[in-house]
Amino acid sequence: MKAYQKIYTKLTGITKATVSLRAGGVSNDELAFVHGRLSQIVRIKGDVVTLQVFSGTEGIPSNAEVVFLGEPPTLKVGDQLSGRFFDAYGHPIDGGPEVEGEERQIGGPSVNPYKRRQPSQLIPTGIAGIDLNNTLVSGQKIPFFADPDQPYNQVMADVAIRADVDKIILGGMGLSNDDYLYFKDRFEAAGALDKIICFINTTENPPVERLLVPDMALTAAEYFAVDKNEKVLVLLTDMTLYADALSIVSNRMDQIPSKDSMPGSLYSDLAKIYEKAVQLPSGGSITIIAVTTLNDGDITHAIPDNTGYITEGQLYLKADTDTGKVIIDPFRSLSRLKQLVQNKKTREDHSQVMNASVRLYADAQNAKTKLENGFDLSDYDHRCLSYAKDYARELLAIDVNISITEMLDTAWKLFAKYFSPAETGIKQALIDKYWNGN
Amino acid sequence: MKTKGIVTGIVSNLVTVKADGPVAENEICFIDLAGVKMMAEVIKVSGDTASVQVFESTRGLRGGDSVEFEGRMLEVTLGPGLLSSVYDGLQNDLTTMESVFLKRGEYTDPINREKLWDFTPIAKPGDKVIAADWLGEVKEGWLPHKIMVPFSFKGGYTVKSIVPAGQYNVDTVIAVLTNAQGEDVPVTMTQKWPVKVAIKGYREKPRPDRIMETGVRVIDTLNPIAEGGTGFIPGPFGCGKTVLQHAIAKQGDADVIVMAACGERANEVVEIFTEFPELIDPHTGRHLMERTTIICNTSNMPVAAREASVYTAMTICEYYRAMGLKCLLLADSTSRWAQALREMSNRMEELPGADAFPVDLSAIISNFYSRAGTVVLNNGQRGAVTFIGTVSPAGGNLKEPVTESTKKAARCFYALEQGRADQKRYPAVGPLESYSKYLDYPEIQAYLDKTVEEGWVEKVMHAKNLIRRGKEAAEQINILGDDGVPMSYHVNFWKSELIDFVILQQDGFDPVDSLCPIERQRFMLDLVLGICDKEFEFDDYEKCRSFFSSLINELRQMNYSEFKSEKFNAYNESVKKMIA
Repeated sequence: MKAYQKIYTKLTGITKATVSLRAGGVSNDELAFVHGRLSQIVRIKGDVVTLQVFSGTEGIPSNAEVVFLGEPPTLKVGDQLSGRFFDAYGHPIDGGPEVEGEERQIGGPSVNPYKRRQPSQLIPTGIAGIDLNNTLVSGQKIPFFADPDQPYNQVMADVAIRADVDKIILGGMGLSNDDYLYFKDRFEAAGALDKIICFINTTENPPVERLLVPDMALTAAEYFAVDKNEKVLVLLTDMTLYADALSIVSNRMDQIPSKDSMPGSLYSDLAKIYEKAVQLPSGGSITIIAVTTLNDGDITHAIPDNTGYITEGQLYLKADTDTGKVIIDPFRSLSRLKQLVQNKKTREDHSQVMNASVRLYADAQNAKTKLENGFDLSDYDHRCLSYAKDYARELLAIDVNISITEMLDTAWKLFAKYFSPAETGIKQALIDKYWNGN
Repeated sequence: MKTKGIVTGIVSNLVTVKADGPVAENEICFIDLAGVKMMAEVIKVSGDTASVQVFESTRGLRGGDSVEFEGRMLEVTLGPGLLSSVYDGLQNDLTTMESVFLKRGEYTDPINREKLWDFTPIAKPGDKVIAADWLGEVKEGWLPHKIMVPFSFKGGYTVKSIVPAGQYNVDTVIAVLTNAQGEDVPVTMTQKWPVKVAIKGYREKPRPDRIMETGVRVIDTLNPIAEGGTGFIPGPFGCGKTVLQHAIAKQGDADVIVMAACGERANEVVEIFTEFPELIDPHTGRHLMERTTIICNTSNMPVAAREASVYTAMTICEYYRAMGLKCLLLADSTSRWAQALREMSNRMEELPGADAFPVDLSAIISNFYSRAGTVVLNNGQRGAVTFIGTVSPAGGNLKEPVTESTKKAARCFYALEQGRADQKRYPAVGPLESYSKYLDYPEIQAYLDKTVEEGWVEKVMHAKNLIRRGKEAAEQINILGDDGVPMSYHVNFWKSELIDFVILQQDGFDPVDSLCPIERQRFMLDLVLGICDKEFEFDDYEKCRSFFSSLINELRQMNYSEFKSEKFNAYNESVKKMIA
């Protein structure tokens, strides 16, 4: 026990997520054990201190022992983090020993925007719906907007394993135990365990604990990116459950909710996490790929809406009825940073091929509407429809795993199969060079 | 004696302080956290307790920590060297900070105190002067930067002495003024001003009577913004708000541009740092960065400073306006500022207005917009602050408090539409919902008659009418089918498509098309309206479609070609043949 620890035994108030007591000399954001449960100070009013109890207050009596620890949540950082699995508090859950290393406060300060560099390194994933149409760049932050029944965790695992990065840090919030084990197995099978670090809160753990997960994951990420100049990929799933936990705490603190019963500070709370994505001048970077689950595709809900204003684009998964496959929706998905690498880090025809292939796919959708409304289809419409099937199967489907050059070649092959050069609207110089695989 | 206090309560960045003396609303104080002095602003006083919003993270702060009140409001430092700077919301110079991470309590000087400036006096001993009168001038880049009688000086002064032309740093006393009581007051090249107070020191604020060119057709032609005017751009995410704002920043016809990145993405600011130093100002041929100041308080930086950032930016604009310059303030996004107000109001447990925003949101917004405007200075010269803010409506729904409050305050409305963005019709400014009230100003109409073309506003209204008619036709075609409507519906629809593709849409990434001067806009609108006013006969709608498609294609090629170049003229000839 440290000398300055202060111990109290009288609570003045208990809600489902918080307790209050009279205590002096404690500091904002400081941790405490309430009845042996980790808690954090969220409000000081005169001598009344309110703490959020991460694991919930069930069974806490009004005479519970409260021990203040004198500091905010920390994580011990060091190379030993690699290959390890932790809970939301940073304690090992893989049976291994505690990590030795420098103790750092989580949720630390922001990078000076002037010290950032413009992201410029491509992150290839092998998935054409991403690499071809929505190219990812290191230092970017981008979520999957997906309905709960879609295989977003599988796609994230694929992306993580294939991405050319030094470290992959998984922050799991409200992950089902099955999904947690799925990630573990995938990383093990890929032989990637040595570069994986996981902070896991499963559905079996109390929801408020989740609030620690992103900060834990990003503190570890900052250690590797800033101190070690490494390329770090952070996966956060599921940010909707994180935001739900925020609303639980603010509700218990009697804060006035804003839209969709979310706290008024939701935008800032989410931005604090996502803006940790950074390209540093030293070469290190943090890239964040997150999951925001939607209610029935509703993106106007406060959580996806605020997320969309913060992140640099979003990726939508969609079940394609023509091919029976899950595809990356080419219309609604967007990577805002793609133009920083397309044609620069990839082949010169990339952006033109991307635009042409999506436009032709859009024409196919129009043809489909015409068909459904009972109008006659032209020859062009029929060709578009056939093209759309091939395009979805060979490029948009999430089970595609090829290089970007192969993606471009595949697109040219499909163009030549169904269209004339003029119908693609691609610049003549590129047609001369790439048409028919020449 | 400074008022002192101790911390009695903490909720996130709202701290209550028990003070031992007088405290003013909006007064600045410093909270001592183990030797680190954190800046905070008083937002409410009740009894001897002041509620202050802290501009930093309050982690580790304790009840009982000491506070010292400064007896002044939040101020900015004004003087030569503001341009091409990058500041945070409190005007700390971000470029001179050493560490990668922002440090709590680290405040840097906004102005280089060592740099020597070439000073030329304007006033001479014996001159009678008042606040904001020009005493001298230095060259800041290519801009004549006036050294003025500090705005805080009250009453009349006589110039006692002024230094001769020469090189001085900003702290040199360049003039001594004598006030009415016969006291001598030294004046340097810098002064401080509280950001939440508008800088006056001008003779009058007339109605705007000319437009500010942006080179963006959908703005200049259809919904022009006046020099000294106000406008706002609401739109859901992914509709191109930031791209449009950057285009205006690059091309806007202004001497000084201040960009306030208020609670937005850090990478967007990095894009400005990276690109602007390379880009050339189309009006002067100088580097864009030379006329630009960036106020950067990104979304992860402290929330209270986000609110300060827009005021800091506005004050800098007003300062340059007092020099007789045309300034443009771009704030992205004012919704984040409103959200910062909401967070504080919420923590203070005030009764909330709509969507939990503070009830005085509307008043705060309109007060801020009212600081823009054209002014006639005491010496008869003109200066202007034009303000364009973006709004990020929650869920893309324009019926929300920030959009509605801003709509009451701003005179131009540029509605970005999801539908247009989905169809890649950029800039996605909706032609029918958007408006510019300046088109109703007789002064502006007269100005356009004179500088663009006689009867210009009628032409613009005619174009809008054609778009409206085309939209109605499209709705009928959708309901009744291609064969179910008379041919004139197809023709009307395609005429509106012609205006859409050739006038409204503009390729922001194309070196030629991205910047369209007003003379070129006049030429294209006249050409397109000339076509729309013709009667066309078609046997079937497919022929109508293919005729207009190829016409649109030719006209778009014109947009991509240098104005009146050989290529441009050739396309123009081919268009003439097609409609002959």
